[in-house]
Amino acid sequence: MALDFQSILLTLQQYWAAQGCVILQPYDMEVGAGTFHPATTLRSLGPDDVWNAAYVQPSRRPTDGRYGENPNRLQHYYQFQTIMKPSPANAQELYLGSLEAIGLDVKKHDIRFVEDDWESPTLGAWGLGWEVWCDGMEVSQFTYFQQVGGIECDPVPLELTYGLERLAMFIQGIENVYELDWDGVPKDKGGKKYGDVFLRAEREFSTWNFEVAETSRLLQHFKDAEAECALLLAHEPPLALPAYDQCMKASHLFNLLDARGVISVTERQGYIGRVRALAKQCCEAWVGVGAESSEKGTN
Amino acid sequence: MTDLFLELNCEEIPARMQNKAIADLERLFLDALSQGGFAPKQSRTAISPRHMALEITGLIAQQPDTSEERRGPRIDAPDKAIDGFCAGAGVSRADLIEKDTGKGVFFFAQIDQKGASLERRLAEMVQDILSQFPWPKSQRWGRSRMSWVRPLHRVNVLLDGKAIAGQVDLGGSMSITFGAETEGHPFYTDELISLTDFDSYVNDLKRSYVIVDAAERRDLISAQAAEKAKSAGLNLRADDGLLAEVTGLVEFPNVLIGKIDDAFMQLPAEVLVTSMRVHQKFFALNESDGKIAPYFMTVANRLPDSETDALIIAGNERVLRARLSDAAFFYETDQQQKLEDYLPNLEQVAFYEGLGTVADKVERLQKLIPLISDSISGCDTQAAQRAAALSKADLVTGMVGEFPELQGLMGSYYALSSGESEAVAVAMRDHYRPAGPSDRLPETREGLALSLADKIDTLVGFFGVGAKPTGSKDPYALRRAALSILRILDEADISLPLDTLFVEAARLHGFDTADADLGRFVTDRLVVRLRDSGLAYDTVAASVVDGDISQIDRQVKRARALDTVLSTETGTALIAGFRRAANILAAEEKKTGSIDAGTVNPALLAADEEKALFTAVEALSQASDETKGGLSKAMQGLADLRGPIDAFFEAIIVNAEDPDLRTNRLALLAEVRGAMMQIADFSKIEK
Repeated sequence: MALDFQSILLTLQQYWAAQGCVILQPYDMEVGAGTFHPATTLRSLGPDDVWNAAYVQPSRRPTDGRYGENPNRLQHYYQFQTIMKPSPANAQELYLGSLEAIGLDVKKHDIRFVEDDWESPTLGAWGLGWEVWCDGMEVSQFTYFQQVGGIECDPVPLELTYGLERLAMFIQGIENVYELDWDGVPKDKGGKKYGDVFLRAEREFSTWNFEVAETSRLLQHFKDAEAECALLLAHEPPLALPAYDQCMKASHLFNLLDARGVISVTERQGYIGRVRALAKQCCEAWVGVGAESSEKGTN
Repeated sequence: MTDLFLELNCEEIPARMQNKAIADLERLFLDALSQGGFAPKQSRTAISPRHMALEITGLIAQQPDTSEERRGPRIDAPDKAIDGFCAGAGVSRADLIEKDTGKGVFFFAQIDQKGASLERRLAEMVQDILSQFPWPKSQRWGRSRMSWVRPLHRVNVLLDGKAIAGQVDLGGSMSITFGAETEGHPFYTDELISLTDFDSYVNDLKRSYVIVDAAERRDLISAQAAEKAKSAGLNLRADDGLLAEVTGLVEFPNVLIGKIDDAFMQLPAEVLVTSMRVHQKFFALNESDGKIAPYFMTVANRLPDSETDALIIAGNERVLRARLSDAAFFYETDQQQKLEDYLPNLEQVAFYEGLGTVADKVERLQKLIPLISDSISGCDTQAAQRAAALSKADLVTGMVGEFPELQGLMGSYYALSSGESEAVAVAMRDHYRPAGPSDRLPETREGLALSLADKIDTLVGFFGVGAKPTGSKDPYALRRAALSILRILDEADISLPLDTLFVEAARLHGFDTADADLGRFVTDRLVVRLRDSGLAYDTVAASVVDGDISQIDRQVKRARALDTVLSTETGTALIAGFRRAANILAAEEKKTGSIDAGTVNPALLAADEEKALFTAVEALSQASDETKGGLSKAMQGLADLRGPIDAFFEAIIVNAEDPDLRTNRLALLAEVRGAMMQIADFSKIEK
């Protein structure tokens, strides 16, 4: 019996907890990818010499919305994220073990590691690794981070990102995301499918993202987030975590503006550069403050 | 003689990097071993996604010890000099020997050097080569400071079948100790394979489901694919690039064939092929009539097994359905509005900084078209202009957003469905052609005109804002654009004054005139093109005028015709005659200044040989005026000149005693030189 959606999530949490990961809950803000969670972005840099964590993170990609009409695309979906610093020597083995744990027998499928150079221009981050394919479907991204916020990662963290919906569709053999079994409860007992939980949200948010969002207000919010971020960074000592919240906010607002089609091609680079500048300063502040507080801790 | 066997085991190396990486590994070790005096003889290599192997045979294991007696300063030299000598020779002062050489008493040092041991030096070489390996992109992992393409797990270094002692220091207190074991296919076996030598390694790995030799894997994929296609009554659509990539993605290939849903077969074949290739690395197949078949091929990285094969095929079919649904969605929604309705969106797309938007470019193209189409007989200017107007509209459609390589092609499909004419659609489809040396030219005259306009606008624009290629850097592919222009002019036999056209194109960009380097840039490409086509270096130099782009077609034809003439015995004799005339004239001009052609006095021509040469050269002068005669006439005139020149030098003494006769004969030779130089710069011919 294939695992239902929530069991896949729970199993992954248990698996990575058993590998010594801190299990966190989703960050309580809108982000475009699990990487934005401070547990990945900031902790990749410091202050801990060892940092292993795993969490699920709802990810919002306004431009990917399809009003609930496309069986494969969503503007809101789940990523499961594992971060291990330093990257373990048996990283691939651990990853394959996680697939086995959720019922995917790697001996019976065609698993492939296909080159994927990961780069996040908004986070000033890059790494090398692969897309992991299972029978032709990309089920995960496997990345050795080299740089975040323009700062070199040392030691090097391993980031694993599972696209939970795709993985679940693969495991359940389903072609329409809305048909995913969410809870394993029979329908006549009130069991829920993915569509029961999210279809209405996809419709309404697609409408908001593409048609309704008041762009002048979004632009103002972007500027506000930028200004607030600057204020927090200028504080003595800099307040890195609250500042980074504002950076995430600005990034999401940019995505919303992008979906509304009000950012021209030439302006695009400018906005990305502005968010990157925030991310960079937040990371620098985080590393600086982190070093200071750990020193205090040892005194 | 000692044999080296080196084996590296790392996480999956990107397919595109594998061939160069193994060649680099081989070269770096051969160089290091040669420089170290270990005299490598032969080498073999193998590479798979997780393995790199190198064998080098015939090495010297232990270099002989050497002994040298080195002369130092005189014994009465200052202490400073003697100490310096000792330091240089690596001996202490007490070890110095005094010897009388007959020219005085000198210090001597006896320097004994142990011959280098391969085993000892090899460990350093491995460290040096691996830590500075030229990967195009590499990474650190864990706490390592050293980079490799992906995490490196094993470094096996064997001499004559035995592991040597040593390690690779990765920095960050990480290291890999040399061993003699490697892994097989990670999904099928945990057992490690003991290494001894290259041949047994290749065989043992095969038993552990890794075919480590890339050529063998490629051939195996080809053979399996051909067989599966044949048994399904289909033909594989050849795709060498994809074959090479897939060869680098699998260690134990298993070719599987799957079905494409009929619903998607209404999509253009190119869309199917591109979507399958780019996203899934699937091969497409053809029916026996050449039409695309509703099947695909994928290459799995595993053992064949009927039960799991069926599962894997089903999985791949499911993914393909999702991919093609996306493509079908783009195809459908893109066509919900007419192609021309996309044009306003081009105002939002920057072409290049300083060169405006793509909408601006489209406007320029429309203005350039008539200036070009006039030179292409039978070109429908209106259709070409319409094609220019719509040529870039597909850049803002969903399909081209997803698959940039379909630009042009999608435009033509959408043009047809928007009610544009076939002529317009075909010109749009072809206007990026030729995209490379093996690509075809546009099929129609309108396509040729639009392709030329597009490339001329790009070339002139980028030069105008100073974005010129430098050295090996040509990020905007301007060399290719220039070569494509030349190919079109040549192969489609179009006579186009590029110089004036470039000026017009520059004005459309808002520049005063075309960049001064453009002419030279284009004729440099012309020289390369003509040489690559097999013409002799000097023939090309004689025919192409640097920077003169007013009549490219004529320069090309002249080069070819000249090549034909010069490759005959007549040609060789002509060159000899030309050189003789030129030498005599050069010597005379050194003394008296220039000698004018055209001042020959026919009345003073006495001998028959003189008269015959005069007649021939007059004929050549007429013929070399190509507006009257044309190239073949000029070449005939050249050939006709040979007999009279030979006869002239045979019978006539230029240096006649009568000064009038002498001057007249020199003038005659000047006329010969002038007439020949009209056709080509014969002074550059070296044969």
